[in-house]
Amino acid sequence: MDEMFTKSMARNIFYGGSLFFFLLFLALTFDTMGVVPQRDNHENITPTVAAGKMLWEKNNCIGCHTLLGEGAYFAPELGNVYVRFGNSTEAIKGFIKSRPKDGIPGRRSMPQFNFSDEELEQIAQFLKYTSEINTAGWPPNKMG
Amino acid sequence: MEYQSQAVAKYYFTAAIGLFVGQILFGLIIGLQYVVGDFLFPEIPFNVARMVHTNLLIVWLLFGFMGASYYLIPEEAERELYSPGLAILMFWIFLVAGALTILGYLLVPYSTLADLTMNDLLPTMGREFLEQPTITKLGIVVVALAFIFNVGMTVLQGRKTVINLVLMIGLIGLAVFFLFSFYNPTNLVQDKFWWWWTVHLWVEGVWELILGAILAFVLIKTTGVDREVIEKWLYIIIAMTLITGIIGTGHHYYWIGTPEYWQWWGSIFSAMEPIPFFMMTVFAFTMVNKRKREHPNKAAVLWALGTGVMAFLGAGVWGFLHTLAPVNYFTHGTQITAAHGHMAFYGAYAMVVLAIISYAMPIIRGRAANSNKAQVMEMWSFWLMTVSITFITLFLTAAGILQTWLQRISETPMTFMATQDQLALFYWMREIAGVVFLIGLIIYIMSFFVGDDEAA
Repeated sequence: MDEMFTKSMARNIFYGGSLFFFLLFLALTFDTMGVVPQRDNHENITPTVAAGKMLWEKNNCIGCHTLLGEGAYFAPELGNVYVRFGNSTEAIKGFIKSRPKDGIPGRRSMPQFNFSDEELEQIAQFLKYTSEINTAGWPPNKMG
Repeated sequence: MEYQSQAVAKYYFTAAIGLFVGQILFGLIIGLQYVVGDFLFPEIPFNVARMVHTNLLIVWLLFGFMGASYYLIPEEAERELYSPGLAILMFWIFLVAGALTILGYLLVPYSTLADLTMNDLLPTMGREFLEQPTITKLGIVVVALAFIFNVGMTVLQGRKTVINLVLMIGLIGLAVFFLFSFYNPTNLVQDKFWWWWTVHLWVEGVWELILGAILAFVLIKTTGVDREVIEKWLYIIIAMTLITGIIGTGHHYYWIGTPEYWQWWGSIFSAMEPIPFFMMTVFAFTMVNKRKREHPNKAAVLWALGTGVMAFLGAGVWGFLHTLAPVNYFTHGTQITAAHGHMAFYGAYAMVVLAIISYAMPIIRGRAANSNKAQVMEMWSFWLMTVSITFITLFLTAAGILQTWLQRISETPMTFMATQDQLALFYWMREIAGVVFLIGLIIYIMSFFVGDDEAA
């Protein structure tokens, strides 16, 4: 870089630019917080759904699955599993309950978590709530 | 070595390399589980092994950043470290806490670990990359604060250089944005929104400042180019990093329930995120071309140049590949993301840590550079690891394109699991490339133990 462009100019661009764009980011964040309640399906966060999220975290489900596309890529997307399973929480519960303890020879298998009926209901309701978040039309189809 | 206390870096570098080995071994395990689904099941299920793989990566890079800071901050500040004793103490606390956490992952079910560590009091576990028990997270904060105090006092009482200043801003930013890992609202959209304030603002924000400062230090030392020139480059690179990267966070806000204007902000700004990485490549090559001296440590120069190139390819090009909203609509959460993650983390962060280790370790061990024989081995390991991560990335990219097509674009979309079966060939090739990477890493470690007698 030539003599015309000095170190102090570079420094000013760094401080000024970073500060400006961080403030812009804060403004966008502030606006987002105002808009999100129209999209986030929060009215359906019942105590059961909240307990389901805890259960989701306590068993590290994100370690294999994606949820709204974020997580690990080893097992199916679950943000829309409620829709994929025919809008049925019973189907979700049945699937989780029927996982073999020792897996499936040669193939990937979900662990058997031995959830109680109450816990199964919680996780299924959490996934139902998640499927009803407005995700701008993602995923492209029900396969996730 | 100009200051005795720089030697504390040796502890951190040694631990970093050890944990790096662990990361790669667990990477091979999960790579194999992709094709041999029941491998180690149910003893080490995929989610556990993956958590070990990613957490070890984060921890060894943090060890590397801290080691780099302990080495270069005293030299830049032209004084001894404020407290070498505190640095050693924090080293052992961080290592033991890290080891206990990894053992916890491996020895008990994750839900049991959550109960044992009283996750209910302040639930922070079970979110990607932030899986550590809350108590471990608190430990990380304590270690980070003690570390920043220690290097901060050194800087305050010594010479203030641009490199030290930028490094400090990066490290303080690292600590500040980690605090968002303690915020875990029940509302999933809010949870995801703020989770990125740690994850994105780390790797596409403040970590790049740390990367830039370390790279600038290695280039000053190995090329002898005037500090004024290098500092000007550093400022403009990190300016572009934050100007593009902060709003670039928006590329994570397309499909998680956040407003759709983020598709514009995220696409436009993250499309510019390759610019600072491209500048970094130009920077490294220009400085080496204008070098005022022939540094005997050829391997360190190679790592520094490699960082520029691979960070640009992995973070810049592979990031751009799927960052535009209309593209990301189809690729979000596929193997394309995994491909980008592998090359970006290796190219930007693993390589810069290996560059400073390559430069500093011989000096800490009492010589300007390793013997020619040791350097040749180290350069072999450079090429083996760098070429194999490139192939891992290419195979995962191929898998990702095929996955996107079969599962999301085709008129008769296949299910996730049926699609995965179709990708097996690419997963096998990725695993083979992973084995080559491990061989490269073994040769890297061996290079520390050869040719001491003929040291340059």
